[in-house]
Amino acid sequence: MKSRWLVWIWLLPSLLFLLGAAAGEWLTKVPAHEHQKTNPLKDQHEAVQAGQLLFAEHCVSCHGQDAEGKKGRPSLRSSRVQTEATEGDLHWLLVNGSPRRGMPSWSRLPDPQLWQLISYLKSLTPKN
Amino acid sequence: MESLPCQPNFFEDSGATLKSWHPRLGQTLLRLLLPVVIIAIGAPCFAQEKPYFVTYTHEMEEPGNLEIAMSNVTGKPQSADRFWGTAMELEYGATAWWTTELYLDGVSIPHDSTIFTGYRWENRFYLLSRQHWINPVIYVEFEDINGADKSLREVVGHDGDGDFAGSNAETRQEKKRELELKIILGSNFKGWNVSENFIAEKNLGGGAWEFGYAIAASRPLKLLAGSRKCMFCLDKFAAGVEMYGGLGDRHTFGLHNTSHYFGPVVNWKSPGGMTLSFGPQFGLNDFSVPRLYRFGVSYEINQIFRSMSFFRSQREGQ
Repeated sequence: MKSRWLVWIWLLPSLLFLLGAAAGEWLTKVPAHEHQKTNPLKDQHEAVQAGQLLFAEHCVSCHGQDAEGKKGRPSLRSSRVQTEATEGDLHWLLVNGSPRRGMPSWSRLPDPQLWQLISYLKSLTPKN
Repeated sequence: MESLPCQPNFFEDSGATLKSWHPRLGQTLLRLLLPVVIIAIGAPCFAQEKPYFVTYTHEMEEPGNLEIAMSNVTGKPQSADRFWGTAMELEYGATAWWTTELYLDGVSIPHDSTIFTGYRWENRFYLLSRQHWINPVIYVEFEDINGADKSLREVVGHDGDGDFAGSNAETRQEKKRELELKIILGSNFKGWNVSENFIAEKNLGGGAWEFGYAIAASRPLKLLAGSRKCMFCLDKFAAGVEMYGGLGDRHTFGLHNTSHYFGPVVNWKSPGGMTLSFGPQFGLNDFSVPRLYRFGVSYEINQIFRSMSFFRSQREGQ
């Protein structure tokens, strides 16, 4: 009985670690040239406003009105999105999605709209 | 009382007519449809649809979303009366890489009848884990329709103007249980979408494999989204061209005795989440129907099952 508890004590943190690692796994897949891309609409107030409308149209259903995530879908105010990921990383994720993890590709949106969306995401206040 | 020509008679197959509808059927249908309507109002979604009618793109339905669409086509063949073909589509994003769709087809011919012509069940699979310059999607469809079907979802083999002759009562006698395979290739580049479909279809009751193609290109009229909500901004419109036709069958592959169509396509995404599409299409040879007019309307319901559980919990809470 004691040994079963010990197995669980060892297994649980390992699983949590693996899940955490898998959630941010996409960041390791971004090619260097994509990682370095910069937002051509950076610091444009209109781009943030347009991005907010795009977010409401396409992203709210999974990531929530406040972008804090919903029912297992990740928060977009996390430190991973707000500080770890560059604008190029987010652009790469939006274009490619993460089909195995349920994130669809948004390559159907024209590139300028993806950058507008990223402008909005990066304007959000980070929350852990 | 004789039924009027053109009167909808979707239950002709089972021998029932509109007159013999159960008096409570209307109420039952209303009860069934009401939750869908409520959900649709409660969870509008803004489908980023391409304006094509026949050509598929590599873009998949978003996981958990349900798109309801009506696609209609009308034309006047050289040797037959004008027809109205329609297909109701229910498209569901099962996963980010798998989209499944059910079509319910019908046809109406003035001074003849309006009948249900069958159903189609299709599945599309995106096989790669990333987006590439050209993105392939595998399409598998089973269809159980009859010869009266004129929804013209694709043109294969030697399909042509002559197939439209005959009344619904005659043509519906022909049963078609078919397997249809497609390779869908799609690319997005600088706002343009270019899609190519290669089609192979076989009647499971016998007959040779038939082939067809569809190609299309389109672009939003403006690539940047507006910073304010508006109804008729250019970014709400997309326009392009579409071309499709038959390529003969396994024994007579080629363009001989095949029909081909070409035309512009345009769509408009309303702020309410509905997308309207329109496209006149022109037959390119004598084997084709001279002109087809297509129009469609689609609406996407966000996270359909989550919306249903939300409404269920609301009802239980009352």
